[in-house]
Amino acid sequence: MSVRKTKHEMPEQEPKERIKNFKEVPYGYSKEIAVEEAKRCLQCKNKPCMKGCPVEIDIPGFINCIAEGDFEKAAEVIKAKNNLPAISGRVCPYESQCEGECTLKKIGEPVGIGRLERFIADYEREKGKKPPQKPASTGKKVAVVGAGPAGLTCAGDLARMGHAVTVFEALHDPGGVLMYGIPEFRLPKAIVKSEVGYVKSLGVDIHYDVVVGKTITVLELMEEFDAVFIGTGAGLPNWLKIPGENLDGVYSANEFLTRVNMMKAYRFPEYDTPVKIGKIVVTFGAGNVAMDCARTALRLGAEKSYILYRRTEAEMPARTEEIEHAKQEGVIFKLLTAPIRFIGDEKGILKEVEYLKMTLGEPDESGRRRPVPIPGSEEKLAIDTALVAIGQSPNPLIPQTMKNLKIGKHGNIITDDEGRTSIPGVFAGGDIATGAATVILAMGAGKRAARAIDADLKNR
Amino acid sequence: MYPIVEKKILSNNVKLLKIQAPLVAKKALPGQFIILRIDEKGERIPLTIADSNPKKGTVTIIFLEVGKTTKQLGTLNVGDFLQNFAGPLGMPSDVKKYGTVVCVGGGVGIAPLYPIVKALKEAGNHVISILGAKTKDLLLLEKEIQDFSDEFYITTDDGSKGHKGFVSDVLQQIINKQRIDMVMAIGPIIMMKVVSSLTKQYNIKTLVSLNPIMVDGTGMCGGCRVSIDGKTRFACVDGPEFDGHMVDYDNLMLRNRRFVHAEEEACKLAGV
Repeated sequence: MSVRKTKHEMPEQEPKERIKNFKEVPYGYSKEIAVEEAKRCLQCKNKPCMKGCPVEIDIPGFINCIAEGDFEKAAEVIKAKNNLPAISGRVCPYESQCEGECTLKKIGEPVGIGRLERFIADYEREKGKKPPQKPASTGKKVAVVGAGPAGLTCAGDLARMGHAVTVFEALHDPGGVLMYGIPEFRLPKAIVKSEVGYVKSLGVDIHYDVVVGKTITVLELMEEFDAVFIGTGAGLPNWLKIPGENLDGVYSANEFLTRVNMMKAYRFPEYDTPVKIGKIVVTFGAGNVAMDCARTALRLGAEKSYILYRRTEAEMPARTEEIEHAKQEGVIFKLLTAPIRFIGDEKGILKEVEYLKMTLGEPDESGRRRPVPIPGSEEKLAIDTALVAIGQSPNPLIPQTMKNLKIGKHGNIITDDEGRTSIPGVFAGGDIATGAATVILAMGAGKRAARAIDADLKNR
Repeated sequence: MYPIVEKKILSNNVKLLKIQAPLVAKKALPGQFIILRIDEKGERIPLTIADSNPKKGTVTIIFLEVGKTTKQLGTLNVGDFLQNFAGPLGMPSDVKKYGTVVCVGGGVGIAPLYPIVKALKEAGNHVISILGAKTKDLLLLEKEIQDFSDEFYITTDDGSKGHKGFVSDVLQQIINKQRIDMVMAIGPIIMMKVVSSLTKQYNIKTLVSLNPIMVDGTGMCGGCRVSIDGKTRFACVDGPEFDGHMVDYDNLMLRNRRFVHAEEEACKLAGV
């Protein structure tokens, strides 16, 4: 029997149409296509795909259920390990994780594992999710700081182990980067709320407007709780540090995306938060956040949306799918360019960016070839809005307020593999420990920490 | 949800609300602020904490009705609720014994000045307060601030009360006759700029509380960034209080005008 060499396509909105709205781009698999795609799986005995999954999903197991048409069983298999599959099924970089290890890659494309996970999560959500039976209470209380992917995963797993879990979130909505960072057209906010609803149904309590470090300190939490997990992410924007960065018209990616996604500025004035962009928008950086910015700018009516990046496409950190989607939508990539200053008009409003052309030199410590400026290659580009998406650093609020907590040189909290910090009873995971990484790595860290917290509490 | 437990109309368009928010009230220190959101469709706005009562769990905010959100806030009454009320945010005021301090408040900036005046007095300083407004109707908290001041002055642009002219006129007179160890100024940016350039000539330490546009108020977006001695700082976590002699006021004024058109549009559509 010959196996189909390519993944089944996932139907999606046409680029010309979708840049006029914030609706999700891919529609997802139908039942029939999902079953056909699931049948491509070879059910390898050694399960290489699982090695690539940070949250340890039994991938051949759930795919086999789909191939047999038992979608509910498939959902159970996924949920045994992952409380947020509708999210990971949309934003995981599968190509470098589960799908990167798939045996089918030897003859063609891997199984569409992400698409199948998403299909099951959506199927289950439409049918109405039932939470598993609640375990007996252990009588232990755990505080989780931050309701992002790390915190929600840790909280959900701890609740399923029978601990009483309270999550403290600084903002008014749950999800962290899932809510303020990733745009609606990639991850609908109704889906985030539904997934969080499932975590709550496991018995997790979420308190909003609590800025830990300000409203209450970790030390105070330790008086009331048996353990604390810190999952406060990498919410501190990095800047280009070039002249003119404080002109009117220059935003950090975080500010721009928070206004649009969490505050729904794209629906101003129905919603009160404004956002202002001009006709020509330039995004600096080439990660997923940069792609999100450039694509959001088009949907807000920008006539031209550029990405300026100092290396080439081969070095871009964004997922292949995001780069493809951005290209289809008309985002213009100006590669091998590095900005040197922003220029404003007499009122201080951004009107131009000056940049240098680059060439690639020897590989640097990241293994990527180092961009080297070409002397005398200065050029200017007329722009209205600049979006700076060159990465984030760990949020300093908690490290600043805890003297005995060991901190790395990038402001990250130092932990062991299981999330233990230098203070007994205090755990950390996700971007606050690793620096800005991916949603799924944060979920994996939350999972490992939950297991370690559970073990520690049982040993006490 | 955070209930409104008391409301006072201080002047035509300046209102006081007391909000039940026990966690915030327990921690609030002079100089800090909160971020609130009225309802699901609302924006997040920062307001300085004008007073707090940890025992009763209440936090007082005083605001000038300038745009859609503050006007909507002004229509709320006792028994209504705010959807979100996060804080206390920012670094507390640097309260200690300086000696003789002059506290300068302009317009609605008088409200956030009040807890600082109180704390500076309690820290053993000789407190001189100067309150300024366009007309006497726009003055706030006169009695409250006077109670904690050793010397007390009022200025109005139109001369309807106290000295006719600006707070800087009175400050100049005080500088002429006595030694001052510190000046604390809160009010319109232009007022803080004028006060800072005056005290700089005499090398008098001056603190100002800045009011840039904010979104989250926790340091994650940089919408509130200000230029301090040529360095970019976030007012929500590094401030809002800064050395008045180091602030780039022109850039702050420019960045605060970023959404003027949107604000006008929102007011027009809301009919306020």
